[in-house]
Amino acid sequence: MNTSFLIQLLVNGLVVGTLYGVVAMSFVLIYKATQVVNFAQGELLLIGAWVCWLLLTKYQVPFWVGMPLTLVFMFAFGIAVQVVILRPMIGEPIISVIMVTIGLSTVFQAALKWMFGVNPQPFPPVFASKAVDLFGLQIQTVYVMSLAVSVAMMLGMAWFFKASKYGLAMRATAFNQQVAQSLGISVKNVFAMAWAISATVSAVAGVVVAVVNGVSSGLSAYGIKVFPAAILGGLDSVGGAVLGGIIIGLLENIAQYVDSQYLHWGNLYEIAPFYVLILILMIKPYGLFGTKDIERI
Amino acid sequence: MVARSTIPAGDFRTSYAADTTIFPTKTSRNFAIAGVILLCFAPLVFSEYWLSVSIQIGIFAIAALGLNILVGFTGQISIGQAGFFLLGAFTSAYINNTYAIPVFFAIPLAGVITALVGLVFGLPAARLKGLYLVIATLAAQYILLDFFSRAEWFSGGSVPASANPFSIFGYTLRGDRQYFYVVLAYVLVCYLLVTNLMRTRDGRALIAIRDHYLSAEIMGINLTKYRTLSFGLAAFFAGIAGALYAHYQLVISQEGFGIERSILFLAMIIIGGTGSIMGTLMGTAFVVLLPESMEWLSHNLKGSSIDKALALNNNITFLREIAIGLIIIAFLMFEPDGLAHRWRQIKTYWKLYPFSH
Repeated sequence: MNTSFLIQLLVNGLVVGTLYGVVAMSFVLIYKATQVVNFAQGELLLIGAWVCWLLLTKYQVPFWVGMPLTLVFMFAFGIAVQVVILRPMIGEPIISVIMVTIGLSTVFQAALKWMFGVNPQPFPPVFASKAVDLFGLQIQTVYVMSLAVSVAMMLGMAWFFKASKYGLAMRATAFNQQVAQSLGISVKNVFAMAWAISATVSAVAGVVVAVVNGVSSGLSAYGIKVFPAAILGGLDSVGGAVLGGIIIGLLENIAQYVDSQYLHWGNLYEIAPFYVLILILMIKPYGLFGTKDIERI
Repeated sequence: MVARSTIPAGDFRTSYAADTTIFPTKTSRNFAIAGVILLCFAPLVFSEYWLSVSIQIGIFAIAALGLNILVGFTGQISIGQAGFFLLGAFTSAYINNTYAIPVFFAIPLAGVITALVGLVFGLPAARLKGLYLVIATLAAQYILLDFFSRAEWFSGGSVPASANPFSIFGYTLRGDRQYFYVVLAYVLVCYLLVTNLMRTRDGRALIAIRDHYLSAEIMGINLTKYRTLSFGLAAFFAGIAGALYAHYQLVISQEGFGIERSILFLAMIIIGGTGSIMGTLMGTAFVVLLPESMEWLSHNLKGSSIDKALALNNNITFLREIAIGLIIIAFLMFEPDGLAHRWRQIKTYWKLYPFSH
């Protein structure tokens, strides 16, 4: 047993897992509010990261200005995508809408490669000190920041849904669109807002990942990892998505540990979540907290 | 995904047999037969380049056909078609190399094996509603590709696997000109098979599930059975197409068969028309010819001011992907029935010419 390596990996897993959780949360938000399975979630994250990178390096904006600017941009971008692309698709079969998001992800992915190139770009350093001492463990500052930001996002989201009026409107829409509409909620606005919030939250995650690892088109892999996380937690449960993300993050790193110590297969951590995904679909398809679909005729 | 809507007035049928016939008129049947006969002469006239393009269209059209059964007729999505395609390619090469099964039999066998593997992934999801299958096939795509990169005994790992050329009765087919006929035969058989499948009880069950699965279940259609069946068929045709591809290329590597390729298969049927068998062929031709024509266009624009401003030639791969993505979105938004629908409209227009509506 290599304990310190294991602990390092577990911390790593927790950090990555909370990020997965944040992205999965924004994925579930769109699914819950608009019934759209968004295959372009990873690209939203990537766009946020690239925009922030552009502001910081090209325009030399300080981080504390560039970050809010990015978020404002992503908020507008989310609304734009919903209004221009997804709104005309309302009422179309659900599989058409899914295919539209697949198309969107292709376009975004390729357009970003076209604009920013395929090479990873380092992010300008945000913090002065590289590592902090926590309970005798040397942990990188960016990890602490990442964890803090993720938890803050989750708490903010929880507050938004529990306490704010808009959150309530969103929950009502998710529960039943027609009833919500008859109570005076503008379902159109709720849809747009769901995309806006989802894009913004994903962008925060994107910037955090970018600060830790640099920006590259590989970041959109987070959008794919969302599926195991969201399925594990239950496709329509925000809390479940967070938990699912953390579990998937930890699992990846445990797989990495087992792989490097015992099996030596290589790359096990990348593929392990997908095996878990298939397993969950076999045993408990509605996830840990998802509502079982019971239809009334 | 609406069925034929532009039947002109006065065109009516009086029996079920006439309603489900493949060719509504004698002329259309004659045209189809004449088209096939003309295609038989294609290898004599086509240049090497056009021959290889048409072989590619044929092979991909079979895989897209399988996907169309799933998406267009049963209303489920798969984004693992490229993974199954590759599985078929490796399987056919493997059983041919290892067990000395002739290529002639290895190709259908590869289809069957691919279908069985597909069921392992599809079975859990087929019990559930549409979007779960998308996610399961997404996992399948990654797991299969990961497996191919590990299993050196099966797929050569990082080294491309080799496959034998197609042979029949001890006679080995060499070159594109002879292989064209193999692909043509397979395309014909597969398309006839599926067209006929859709005229049977099972085909109607699939369409009923797509249109309203609850009503279908109430009418006694076993949802799990038919969803599984259609997913198995999708994987089967992907496997066949992959096997054909393997014995065409003679070298198989997993390069270029990632998730983008699966999306490309999806693009083929969306552009052609989901739920249209002939549309699949049109969509495949469109998707295969699009990059070729873009290449041609960017080649012609080389050195012009547009080229310099956008750096077209350096970024042609990205532009191709953008074009594919945009076309998927545009077709879904503006022409959800695809090229097949356009084609029917053009035909109706000429049928009634010059007194159209």
